[in-house]
Amino acid sequence: MSTLTPTPAGTAPGTPGRRSALGGRTGILALTLLHARINLVETFRIPAAVIGALVFPGLSLLFFVVPQRTVADNPEFATQAVIALSVFALMSNSLFSFGLTISANREQPWDPYLRTLPAPGIARVLGQVFSTGLMGLVSILPVIAIGALFTAADVTVPRVLTGLVALGISALPFMFIGISIGYSMSSKAAIAVVQIVMFALAFAGGLFLPPYLFADWLDTLSKFLPSRQAREFVIWAVQGGELEPWVWIGILVWTAATFALALLLFRRDEGRRYR
Amino acid sequence: MTVLARLDHVTRRFGDVLAVDDVSLDIHSGSILGLLGPNGAGKSTVLTMLQGLRRPSSGTVTLFGGSPGDYRMRQKLGGTPQETALPPTLRVGEVIDFVGRHFEEPLSTAAVAEEFGLGELLKRQTGALSGGQKRRLSVALAFVGQPRLVLLDEPTTGLDVDARRTLWDAVRRQHERGATVVVTSHYLEEIEALAERVVVMGHGRVIADDTVAAVINQVSLRQVRLVTAQADRVSGLPGVVGRDVGDDGSTTFYANDSDRLIVELVRSGIPFSDLTVRGATLEEAFLTLTGATDAPAAPSPSRAEGSSSTRAAQKEMNR
Repeated sequence: MSTLTPTPAGTAPGTPGRRSALGGRTGILALTLLHARINLVETFRIPAAVIGALVFPGLSLLFFVVPQRTVADNPEFATQAVIALSVFALMSNSLFSFGLTISANREQPWDPYLRTLPAPGIARVLGQVFSTGLMGLVSILPVIAIGALFTAADVTVPRVLTGLVALGISALPFMFIGISIGYSMSSKAAIAVVQIVMFALAFAGGLFLPPYLFADWLDTLSKFLPSRQAREFVIWAVQGGELEPWVWIGILVWTAATFALALLLFRRDEGRRYR
Repeated sequence: MTVLARLDHVTRRFGDVLAVDDVSLDIHSGSILGLLGPNGAGKSTVLTMLQGLRRPSSGTVTLFGGSPGDYRMRQKLGGTPQETALPPTLRVGEVIDFVGRHFEEPLSTAAVAEEFGLGELLKRQTGALSGGQKRRLSVALAFVGQPRLVLLDEPTTGLDVDARRTLWDAVRRQHERGATVVVTSHYLEEIEALAERVVVMGHGRVIADDTVAAVINQVSLRQVRLVTAQADRVSGLPGVVGRDVGDDGSTTFYANDSDRLIVELVRSGIPFSDLTVRGATLEEAFLTLTGATDAPAAPSPSRAEGSSSTRAAQKEMNR
């Protein structure tokens, strides 16, 4: 009678020695970039989808903020409006592209196939984070351009760059929420849930109405939401001033919690067929 | 001979449905193993558990000595996307290259393309491929990483005879280069052409596990149809392995040797009329075999799929 192939823990037979999990040809880093790249290639093969993502946030600014001259002519308010819409753009981009893409892909047999390849779950999750994050940042560029040309928003170039970095960081919880939605429901349910989550976070987070118009209870509630934290974090990065602890602690907690949830749901997922 | 993968008393449920029922199976290196069975027999569920896509409800699945859920264990495993689902906007070359980059020692994209006759198509988007071309690309993907174990789920479904032969040849060449292959099919012909060992599954269980010749002998059933008032007595004759009551008052009996059954029938003096004899299809042979092994247990709700008509036929045969 034969026996099971004895292998040292963590190595498949035929693997020449044990490699670093991070580096190397099939390390997590290489696989993350590989998945990010293939996602972008797929996205750019349908140019209409790319143009839609690029144009929508800019148009919102043009229609909703530029005509209101009390906001548009005040440098501080105009800058904050541009920031709030940038956060909204990146948030809706993250929620939609993750929530809908993932839930739709799970209903396609190609996605289960990818899960049989020797890639760790985190490489695929991070690959999606990088590709969608890049698309999201690109969609912010028209917002900044319109803000600079047609409003009194006034920021130096280095401040814009720190703002973009802050945006990228504060968008992480939205991406992970999108991933969690994508892995926990069907694509039809995901459309509805993403919209509810998006508008709730946008209104209560002060992305449509500035928080100084909020009632006290709403303002308190708002401070626990990742959208409000993202808005304050980017405003701090761009306009300076004091960064209150609830902002950065909130972002850290939301990022860690939603990342853990996304990873858990990803690992638990077995596709949707047979149910 | 080493065991590349093992199922040890594996059961998998989907809600109330029992898709795989206490299956134990060793996959040895160096062979082509055929997994034969009707739709819903549990073949694909076995493969998805070996790929780490699904976990068993109970029992253990071992791949290269580890868990298939650990991605490092899948470094030497090859598989195909189901239903030839390929991302339509990606080019053939991009898909092969993308899959290859997951493996330590992949074949070159050009070599894979040549082996599976995709050389002319590398620049084509997969959405523009014909069904047969998609199927070839899907199977090619299983071999990109130079795997030790390859799982092919219904690799030639929907292909014409020529395309099927071409694909079989390619699979055999890869096997000669050292890949162990598990192929599922509901075509006996396909298993005959490729496999050395056959595992027949039905209702989530292993019904037979033997050489191709032995299994073919077992599943080549003949149908003897006749009208008689004493069907139970006919069932009692030697060689009858199953029975199916028709709507028109006739009864169909299944036997390995129909000639012998008819001799016995005549000798017994049981009155009958309207005798016809024909070969049973594989599906019918499966149902009879699975029915025979299920007795005397009550028909369990163990089919993942399957039409109501086959289920009705199934009940009939659980005498």
